[in-house]
Amino acid sequence: MGFDNHLPTRRELLVGSGALFAWSQMPRIARAEGRDPRLLVVILRGALDGLGAIAPVGDPDWISLRGDRALVLDGKPPALPLDSFFALNPAMPNLHRLYKTGKAAIVHATATPYRERSHFDGQDVLESGLVKPGMTSSGWLNRALLAMESGGRVDPRGSRALGIGSVTPLVVRGSAPVMTWVPQRLLPASEDTQNRLLDLYQHTDPKLATVLQARMKLASLGGAPGAGDPMSDDPTLMPPGIARVRAYFAEAAGTAARYLAKPDGPRVGAMGFVGWDTHIAEGAASGQLYNLLGALDGAFAAIESNMSEVWHETVVAVVTEFGRTARINGTQGTDHGTGTVAFLIGGGLTGGRVIADWPGLKPAQLFEDRDLKPTTDLRAVLKGLLRDHLRVDEKILAETVFPGSADVKPMGGLVG
Amino acid sequence: MSNSAKAEAVLALHRFGMGPRPGSLAAVGTDPRGALIAELDRPLTLTAAAILPASAKAYRTVADDNARRAARAKQAQQQAKKQQTAAAPVMSEDQTQTQGQAQGQDKDAAEMAAKQAAEAVPDPGRPIYLQEAKLRTEAALAADIGFAERLVWFWSNHFCISAYKIQSMSGAYEREAVRANALGHFVDLLLAVEGHPAMLFYLDNLGSMGANSIAGINRSRGLNENIAREIMELHTLGVRTGYTQDDVISFANVLTGWTLVPPGDNPEHGGEFIFNPRLHEPGGQTVLGKRYEQEDAEQGRAVLRDLAAHPATATHVATKLARHFVADEPPPALVEQMAKIFRDTEGDLKQVAIAMVSSDEAWRGPPSKLKRPSEWGVGMVRATGITAVDPVRFTGGQELLGEGLWRPSAPKGYPDDEASWIDGVGRRLDIANNFAERVAATADPQAIIEDVFASEIAPEVKQAVGRAESRQQALALLFMSADFQRR
Repeated sequence: MGFDNHLPTRRELLVGSGALFAWSQMPRIARAEGRDPRLLVVILRGALDGLGAIAPVGDPDWISLRGDRALVLDGKPPALPLDSFFALNPAMPNLHRLYKTGKAAIVHATATPYRERSHFDGQDVLESGLVKPGMTSSGWLNRALLAMESGGRVDPRGSRALGIGSVTPLVVRGSAPVMTWVPQRLLPASEDTQNRLLDLYQHTDPKLATVLQARMKLASLGGAPGAGDPMSDDPTLMPPGIARVRAYFAEAAGTAARYLAKPDGPRVGAMGFVGWDTHIAEGAASGQLYNLLGALDGAFAAIESNMSEVWHETVVAVVTEFGRTARINGTQGTDHGTGTVAFLIGGGLTGGRVIADWPGLKPAQLFEDRDLKPTTDLRAVLKGLLRDHLRVDEKILAETVFPGSADVKPMGGLVG
Repeated sequence: MSNSAKAEAVLALHRFGMGPRPGSLAAVGTDPRGALIAELDRPLTLTAAAILPASAKAYRTVADDNARRAARAKQAQQQAKKQQTAAAPVMSEDQTQTQGQAQGQDKDAAEMAAKQAAEAVPDPGRPIYLQEAKLRTEAALAADIGFAERLVWFWSNHFCISAYKIQSMSGAYEREAVRANALGHFVDLLLAVEGHPAMLFYLDNLGSMGANSIAGINRSRGLNENIAREIMELHTLGVRTGYTQDDVISFANVLTGWTLVPPGDNPEHGGEFIFNPRLHEPGGQTVLGKRYEQEDAEQGRAVLRDLAAHPATATHVATKLARHFVADEPPPALVEQMAKIFRDTEGDLKQVAIAMVSSDEAWRGPPSKLKRPSEWGVGMVRATGITAVDPVRFTGGQELLGEGLWRPSAPKGYPDDEASWIDGVGRRLDIANNFAERVAATADPQAIIEDVFASEIAPEVKQAVGRAESRQQALALLFMSADFQRR
């Protein structure tokens, strides 16, 4: 049918959902141990099909579940083996290499406590760290920062969060101040104009003053590529092909890494990529999901490269609001589901393994006979990283960062 | 006019209109509420819309062009193949390998060139999008107050589609489905948007087919839940209002067959809504506990009518409207009053809008809402009295501020709270600075303050403008001031 021509564009194009870093001279405890850890959280908005990313090729029910849409080791192109049971989407050779060298781990059949299927509520739970949607306007990463502040572990000059894109993700919203960065395309206003405006805001609108101040501080760090480029009159608005999606992912993630790597830069950050809502023609092996995972793989390479000397102190957690249906739907895609995967990469990681309490794929083993059943609480993974990498206190994790999660023990041994 | 009357007139323009422009204070006069309500009686149609193609024609323009492009690419590929065959003479054994490699590279290069040639053609949906953007923006610039245009913008965002996915129809969709019904009854608006090809396209319903439909039995494709879920979650009831996964599936079955006419041999036809019974799941369905036995598109219309009349919809819509216009956390009494009018008038959106601006609650709060980039951008241009825009520049600016026209990243549309936008305010400075540079020759910041704003601007802003080192800087500071950013 004629309209098929249009289908890839929306999913491919909607990549610019922003990125943020929590900005803080911390964590002191880790520093006292002679470490200076970095944590970047990447949110895949739209719900990643975990089974399309990491295929359980050793599960006897895998082929019957997905038929000719199943990733397989002798596929075209062949899936990349991770162990005797799981294989990685062939779009991700970088991740495969990192995994083989112990610098990447996969958590499979994982989910937040959210069990409905609304993207927006699901992202709310993922980012707020609470068990239900709509309960708070702050994110767990921001509250983790605050917890550190209250422990006196933050530089007295104050903490800041930095964002790429114009809409701030919930995960870093909260009382700890936030700072954003948007790719530069126009000639920025002069320093003098900025100072005058700041002065004006300080007398009329303290909130706007905070935002402008954050931006000016960021500009002074000069981490953004192309800052000061001559202004362009023609911000290209043509729907980008996958090449531009790849470029965007790499630029956004690479910029995040460049800031995180700076000696006086932020230590914690978060960013989001959209486009994972693959209802139609998912294309795990060759279509839109393959392309998006390839772009994500490129982002991983950009992070590794730009982290450079501090790569060994870096952990990146890549998470999504929920998974997708285990079976292919009526339009060669997948609908909203439950269990999915999380990618962990970084030089600071103890990786080289797929962490999964595998639930199986028989109809009775699926959640509500439709989704991969979640067997690992994603909060356990995030709490493990915050505790062991950033040294956030376990009690604070259970009470304020992920309230009501005392029963969800932090997963140990993720970082070396 | 007394000072407090002037202040209320300026607030009316910011909070419910498109912002002050030359002459707009006179248009508001001494009765801001009455002036806002009176504007709702004027027709909402775009006078210049006759030059724009209807959605189906816009769609065909792009579909035909895609077909031509595909044909050209195929032709170019075949041509490239022929040349390679011709250029591969019999060779001696030791030449084979290198020659083979070179040939492989040639082949790649030829295919790439063919592909590029095909892709180099500009997308015909783009000029349509830009024309639509120009007309819509200029309607906002020309409006005396802009309350009615704001309502169009609100409903367009509530029932958003994305130009990333369906660029050609995005403007026509707003005109045909949203603008035409923005001051009518909610049910008519709902029926118009959900039955519009652009929405069916955007939310993946075109190929959705019932498992027991004729097409479903013959082909291995089936149901897509997307539109059914988003209608209940985003367009009508609101999330967590009691519908279940089974309701979503049943409603998706109800909507199977809602599709568009594929472009075919007849150049005058294609891209219109059609109910295709061959895709439709036969039989009755139960949605929210009610049985729907209708045989055709009436089944879907019946469900939509019931969703429109559901009390949860009244609350959802009233909350969103009040949040958009009045405050991130709107006064509960205001929301309840608007929801009551919605219920009492069977969703008469004009009456709901009148109820909003007639309520003291809607005027009492300080101007604490941060304007979205689109509102702020139009407000800035309006203040200068400019009424024509370059749509490339204007839509580009909106895109850079994170609110591309008809391009939200998800069916939920753009958010309406300060937390989502405030971190992007710094970015607005680049746009304001750039705009100030371009209009500094003609726009006088003092005149804007005194004539357009009747001096209803913070004294600190007047001082900063007065002390600026250049007219451009004065304008940039004025456009960036809280008086321009908040409403």
